[in-house]
Amino acid sequence: MPPVAENDVFMETPSGTGCPPAVRADFPIFSRSSGGSDAQPPRALVYLDSAASSQKPEVVIEAMAEHLRRHNANVHRGVYALAQEADAAYDRARELVAAFVGGEPRTTIFTKNATESINLVAYAWGRANVSAGDAVLITQMEHHANIVPWQVLCRERGAQLRYLEVDEHGELSLDQLDAELARGDVKLLAFAHVSNVLGTINPVAEMAARARAAGAVTLVDGAQAVPQMPVDLAAMGVDFYAWTGHKAVGPTGVGVLHGRRELLEAMEPFLTGGDMIASVDFQQATWNELPYKFEAGTPPIAEAVGLGAAVQYLEGLGMERVRAHEQGLTAYMLERLAEVPGLRVVGPPTAERRGGLASFTVEGIHPHDVAELVDRAGVCIRAGHHCAQPLMRCLGVGATARASVGVYNDQSDIDALVSALQAGREVFGL
Amino acid sequence: MRYSVYDAGSRHYPLPHELLSMDDLYRDYILEHYKRPRNFGELEPHDLEALEHNPLCGDELGVHIRVVNDRIEDIRFHGHGCAISQASASIASEELKGMTLDEVGKLDADWMIELLGIPVSATRRKCALLNLKVVRGAVTGDHDWPA
Repeated sequence: MPPVAENDVFMETPSGTGCPPAVRADFPIFSRSSGGSDAQPPRALVYLDSAASSQKPEVVIEAMAEHLRRHNANVHRGVYALAQEADAAYDRARELVAAFVGGEPRTTIFTKNATESINLVAYAWGRANVSAGDAVLITQMEHHANIVPWQVLCRERGAQLRYLEVDEHGELSLDQLDAELARGDVKLLAFAHVSNVLGTINPVAEMAARARAAGAVTLVDGAQAVPQMPVDLAAMGVDFYAWTGHKAVGPTGVGVLHGRRELLEAMEPFLTGGDMIASVDFQQATWNELPYKFEAGTPPIAEAVGLGAAVQYLEGLGMERVRAHEQGLTAYMLERLAEVPGLRVVGPPTAERRGGLASFTVEGIHPHDVAELVDRAGVCIRAGHHCAQPLMRCLGVGATARASVGVYNDQSDIDALVSALQAGREVFGL
Repeated sequence: MRYSVYDAGSRHYPLPHELLSMDDLYRDYILEHYKRPRNFGELEPHDLEALEHNPLCGDELGVHIRVVNDRIEDIRFHGHGCAISQASASIASEELKGMTLDEVGKLDADWMIELLGIPVSATRRKCALLNLKVVRGAVTGDHDWPA
């Protein structure tokens, strides 16, 4: 059930950034403050770190608690009624999650997180399909989760790992993609749907079509995209799509991999053990059908139920509206950040091509100190290399500060960030 | 019974205000050392060197040390980092000059934190200790400190 009436969500304003009081009220964490002392009274929590992990609405917390309270049993093995309830809840979660991104339940695999989803493909598909003389093509803007599995695969198989470059606007070049694919050795193209540092929204469908024409398989890291924009797997035409629950207002401990059915059926299992078998003999075993072949051991049942509630919640808000809200907020953030002297934002110059985040540096203040200084005003932002060290080297910075928005943010959060940045500059005598 | 890792009686997790308020951390002398660090740059020739990264933030700090009669005669740091890591390197560099290598090998985290003179949160501890880590690495060859 959508938790709020459609018309109440995201008050219509010209910029689309209207304060969503109804939405904010759905997230119990905002009823707490972010500290306080004699010198500093408690401040409202200004959470601008959703790209790292989103906050959770009450409906998700309650769905998980209710499952554990009333429907808990292991899945797939019990004949008693309670176990069947657990089965039904887990299956229902998979249906909801698949439908949310235009996928099929049978080809929707629950994992631990996006990292495990990518590793699953690197091991189960990569080891069987990438050999010496082949190439894996990724991009300079990848998260370590979409770099290291391919480094390990390529080293093991004697294959080459090549990178598409990021230009000064934080974008990839389709011409370079064509040139790389034309070399004829690319077995896999792996890239982020939305960059977790630059915010760049990559043209997934165009890139996947080019890869397909060149006979390469595509894997897209959708960890940042799924929480903030409509995603339609069928329309994008990718072979593998990985994402995670905890950035999409769901719990930690559950990730998702969607795969093209023929590929998944041809693949050997990634992890082996219980649940993923059809039968086990003393010396050998046969594999269960999809998706269970890739879900060895007891899965994250309560977490999957929570993720089911999460995507239902987002569906209730409407992903088109979520995107409009966050795009408007990002435009406002870019505009306001430009007021801070010495502040430089990396990535696409406008919000149209950018997800809901801005990574930046402030001249004269290290990003860690920036994060520490704005925390004094209750503003939560992230600082560091954001698990994208190769990209940091391309940008010529050791680290950046990053502010990212979620469905519960509004312009006042951005205003709080900008005031805190101004105050922080004063502390540093700038 | 409610279970909470934040319960008193289990480990004490300090609240932010217990650790630092604005003037506590970014004191004038800390910012002064950050903006105008002492003994920064390269030292040629040098007898000992090491380079360490702070894996949390990608910061790096290197050191060049010239040794005469088992004592640090001169020292230079290079690299980039936050106010805490840069200031602690700068402040420590003054103290390290003239120390014997044996003495340097015995320096511990408390020495550095006390020298820094500010309350350091658990997250920023790595920043504060990065310079001692790199110096100890150069002098003792032990790059695992602090374990």
